Amino acid sequence: MTRLWSWGALLIGIAFFLMPLYGMTEFSLKMRRGEYSFDAYATVLADPRFQATFGYSVMMAVLTILCGVLLVVPTAFWVRLKLPGLRPWVEFITLLPLVIPSIVVVFGYIRLYNTSSWLPLTGSVTGTNMLLMFGYTVLALPYMYRAVDTGLRTIDVATLTEAAQSLGAGWVTILARVILPNVLGAVLSGAFLTFAIVIGEFTMAALLDRPAFGPYMQLLGANRAYEPAALAVIAFAITWACMGLIQLVTRFSKHNRVAR
Amino acid sequence: MAQPRARTGLPLTWLGVVPFFVFVGLFLLLPTLYIVVGAFRAPEGGFTFGNILALNTPTILSAYWVSIKIAFWSALIGCAVGFAMAAAVTVGAGPRWVKNPLLTFSGVASNFAGVPLAFAFIATIGPAGIITLYLRHEFGINLRLMGFNLLSTLGLVITYLFFQIPLMILIITPALEGLKREWREAASILGATSWQYWRIVAFPILFPSILGTMALLFANAFGAVATAIALTGPSLNIAPILLYAQIRGDVLGSPNLGYALAFGMIVITGLANALYIVLRARSERWLK
Repeated sequence: MTRLWSWGALLIGIAFFLMPLYGMTEFSLKMRRGEYSFDAYATVLADPRFQATFGYSVMMAVLTILCGVLLVVPTAFWVRLKLPGLRPWVEFITLLPLVIPSIVVVFGYIRLYNTSSWLPLTGSVTGTNMLLMFGYTVLALPYMYRAVDTGLRTIDVATLTEAAQSLGAGWVTILARVILPNVLGAVLSGAFLTFAIVIGEFTMAALLDRPAFGPYMQLLGANRAYEPAALAVIAFAITWACMGLIQLVTRFSKHNRVAR
Repeated sequence: MAQPRARTGLPLTWLGVVPFFVFVGLFLLLPTLYIVVGAFRAPEGGFTFGNILALNTPTILSAYWVSIKIAFWSALIGCAVGFAMAAAVTVGAGPRWVKNPLLTFSGVASNFAGVPLAFAFIATIGPAGIITLYLRHEFGINLRLMGFNLLSTLGLVITYLFFQIPLMILIITPALEGLKREWREAASILGATSWQYWRIVAFPILFPSILGTMALLFANAFGAVATAIALTGPSLNIAPILLYAQIRGDVLGSPNLGYALAFGMIVITGLANALYIVLRARSERWLK
């Protein structure tokens, strides 16, 4: 009885997951009538707008990761070292982006930072790009903070800091050359997750009118038949690669650590 | 002669977290607060409940209601299926070696949302999808004549399940693994059947986790914009799409009504998340 039930649940669930994966792959190969071909992929990859928007989103993802690391690592380190009382508050704030829908946050940006406000970020292209990067940093905050904080838990922050200080290191040296290398695995996990989130993000980019990959996909989906399926396969492969890298990094950093 | 550094009376350690608080203040808290305040501000300034009351139109109410229905059903089914799958590979009779691949896959699938997910489902069970055509040609089953349409609330629920089920699996697996073997043994020594063990022992312990996760899934589906827009375009009347259209082109005809709409969304996801936090604290009493 339990056996039947267990296998049943598992098989139904797996069939449900495989169905759209099979569907999009098969569909993406059917552009040429009567035979399988990679035509849809060739068309997509050769589209200059694909290259431009994909390049833009990759750049955005990298900048978001840099911004996130610069913001989260020093904060998490400092809170752990000097202000442990603040930890619940910081943790709560970093979870807020999961509560407040991103469409609401970007709505606030548009109204708060428009051309007639005190900080007219949406008035220029650079300003809007920066605003989008900050928005993505906010979206990534829950994942980045938790990853780094978990990483810091496994090392003895206070001792490492004191040791570095007695060798004459300043705060920047401590962060860059002592703390960061020690939590690199965690930082990379957060970074790959951020990448997976940012690369296909739609809402913020569309509402701030930036030429990102997400809005491009949506536009293509409204106008074409086979190319969107090819894009879906590509996007799934990217997500899969990011998650695979996270597992790899986690395993690697575990083996790398000296047993205490 | 080296002077000892003069100590000011003020503690300066808080300076280290200033960048963080300035950042979240400017790009998370202030924008949200602006929306919330805007929801209670009359067009000419001054406090009013008028905007909130103005939400009481058939279009807006039905947008919220359809959103809530989609979020509720996708959360409920996602919880049930995710729980069954996670239970099958952790405490049930399913194969144990499936557990790790399933968790890895869940990590991927729970992040595979947005526009590409909609494409995947359109290619599969959309009007010209692989499975739709296969059923029609091989078995003569016409899904459309049977009343199924992917570009509908039911279609959205099915599509959302693709990230809801994996999220449930990811969250509930640790809770299932926290069920102690002694409890099961104690129950069976006292003569309980497997069904009784689940009904009287395991399920009540897990119930706060399950309900809490359901609240989380609800909020997750409620705020989703990209999948819905890519799937149905701006036509389907649900709260996030209505807000999207309002931000793009002021379809409601009043900016403050837009704030009120957004405020309503914050309230709903906020309540769902508060429920999650309360229930998770509760479940941690047993599952250490």
